[in-house]
Amino acid sequence: MKKGRYGKFGGQYVPETLMTALIELEQAYEAAKEDPSFQKELDYYLRDFVGRENPLYFAERLTELVGGAKIFLKREDLNHTGAHKINNSLGQALLAIRMGKRKIVAETGAGQHGVATATACALFGLECVVFMGKEDIRRQQLNVFRMELLGAKVVSVDKGAGTLKDAVNEALRYWVAHVDDTHYILGSALGPHPFPQIVRDFQRVIGVETRRQIVEKTGRLPDAVVACIGGGSNAIGMFHPFVDDEDVALYGVEAAGSGIASGRHAAAIADGKEGVLHGAYMYVLQDADGFIQEAHSISAGLDYPAVGPEHCHLHDIGRVTYSAVTDTEALEGLQVLARTEGIIPALESAHAVKFAMDLARDMTSEEIIVICLSGRGDKDMQTVREALGGGVQ
Amino acid sequence: MTTLEKVIRSCVAAGGKAFVPYIMAGDGGLDVLNDRLLFLQGIGVTAIEIGIPFSDPVADGEVIQQAGERALANGTTLRKVLDVLADRPVEVTVPLVLMTYLNPILAYGVADFVERCTEIGVRGLIIPDLPMEESGMLRSELKDCDIALIPLVSLTSPKTRVAEIVSHAQGFVYAVTVNGITGVRNSYGETLMEHLRRLREWSPVPVLAGFGISKPAQVLKLGAETDGVIVGSAIVDAFHRGDLKFIEELAGCDELKVIQ
Repeated sequence: MKKGRYGKFGGQYVPETLMTALIELEQAYEAAKEDPSFQKELDYYLRDFVGRENPLYFAERLTELVGGAKIFLKREDLNHTGAHKINNSLGQALLAIRMGKRKIVAETGAGQHGVATATACALFGLECVVFMGKEDIRRQQLNVFRMELLGAKVVSVDKGAGTLKDAVNEALRYWVAHVDDTHYILGSALGPHPFPQIVRDFQRVIGVETRRQIVEKTGRLPDAVVACIGGGSNAIGMFHPFVDDEDVALYGVEAAGSGIASGRHAAAIADGKEGVLHGAYMYVLQDADGFIQEAHSISAGLDYPAVGPEHCHLHDIGRVTYSAVTDTEALEGLQVLARTEGIIPALESAHAVKFAMDLARDMTSEEIIVICLSGRGDKDMQTVREALGGGVQ
Repeated sequence: MTTLEKVIRSCVAAGGKAFVPYIMAGDGGLDVLNDRLLFLQGIGVTAIEIGIPFSDPVADGEVIQQAGERALANGTTLRKVLDVLADRPVEVTVPLVLMTYLNPILAYGVADFVERCTEIGVRGLIIPDLPMEESGMLRSELKDCDIALIPLVSLTSPKTRVAEIVSHAQGFVYAVTVNGITGVRNSYGETLMEHLRRLREWSPVPVLAGFGISKPAQVLKLGAETDGVIVGSAIVDAFHRGDLKFIEELAGCDELKVIQ
């Protein structure tokens, strides 16, 4: 397979000004990967700062309620800053330092990647600028405040729909203009090579731990692994260590928003066409003229009109099954998990929870499902409250 | 040698410098596109770069981005622009160069797009999100066509990379004069002139400088070290304001001796 490609997906479709930075990044990353001191330092921060390894929790009451397969939750929500995003932000911040870059730019949708990056920058004394869509700023005010407390500058993007796609555009623009001294900490497993690979590698810790933990707890590998997909970083991190285990079924859950048929959704695999966005060849929501369409999801973190190139490939070869869950269904998943387990998941993760509940029902009690609980729901309380009409149903 | 290169070379051989304005197709409506082409040809430009609006133009600065948004609001698409160009008045003979992002071309179909450009007589393509590494697929379609695939070279490109880029270049090399997106700028980095001088030595095709050029003085300064200049944002802005006189002044600097 060509470097930076996953089947036909991936690549480096960026302005020439960025090519040198991408080549440098690739070289720096390859060197870092081979350097045991880099991994040792990252492991130290993942353990003592992030709080890894986090638990693989048997959701007994959820399992009982659903009736069917045993449901386990990989608790990325227990990481410092509340989501899996910190795994990648820390790794890339250390990489930036290795490259002699002390300034960071990032984009964020739900704010979790922005908070994670602002956190890593505060930890290492790096300057941090985060681009965030105007609509997402409205939806995620608390995360904006958190980023500012951590010393980051949050820049509002009012172009387009003011969501994640537009924030990525602005972050790329900013990077083009400041490429000499700035590293772009891309938040999901997308963008031009080597970003999809770097983000996946930094998120692989999720799947690696899960694999070991489930064997320790049950003596075997799970029958199914479920994760939500926006760009797809928690999912690729969770799936990757299981890809060669043919008996483990892998399920990616996209955001169906108001329903695929409504056209108001963020399900690029279900309803997108092949194309180029933000530097990579992927499945992209677009019209017949090749203009990128806005994605819609109740979850700001899934509101992206494409899905990372490795997922596109895993879909094409049939290794991962991709489905989509609507806003309403995700809200149901969120409430059920809250009431049965005392865990309020992020709206992103709630998509995976709802899908896994339906899946578990059709499986036997001898079978095992693991859900990647990518983040906690604190950030979404305002959105959830509004969606539930100000009260709990 | 492509027609585009020939036209630029003959302009330079006659003691002039190439002047290539950029306009955003559909800004002001697609029905003004042909009038603008005629106007620009009339003031003696060497070639015209026609931008196709895109929903996610990551290489464009504020002015061109806003022009693109206006054009998109007018319903402008690649297909419609090609239709208008196909019907252009016979008097429009100046070489036309299309600037568009890759995804609209992929949506159109690469082979169909190249065929249509050939029918229309498009002489060059600038695709800012298609670096050398990814350009093979389009290059093979363009083989044997008189359509130059114009590469961009940036200040950040190291020498070995520049050498490889210019070895594939057709038409001209687009020398990006700043690390950044398009847009008006007041000054240039000190190393720029040296960079342009070297680039011109290495390049087998003419070198035109672009990005951030907005004043006659800048046209002259950059023109001195290159075979010509491309002016985008300042022209887009002038058309938007209806200030055609400014465009004439920019294109017609006496010292530049623009010769078609």
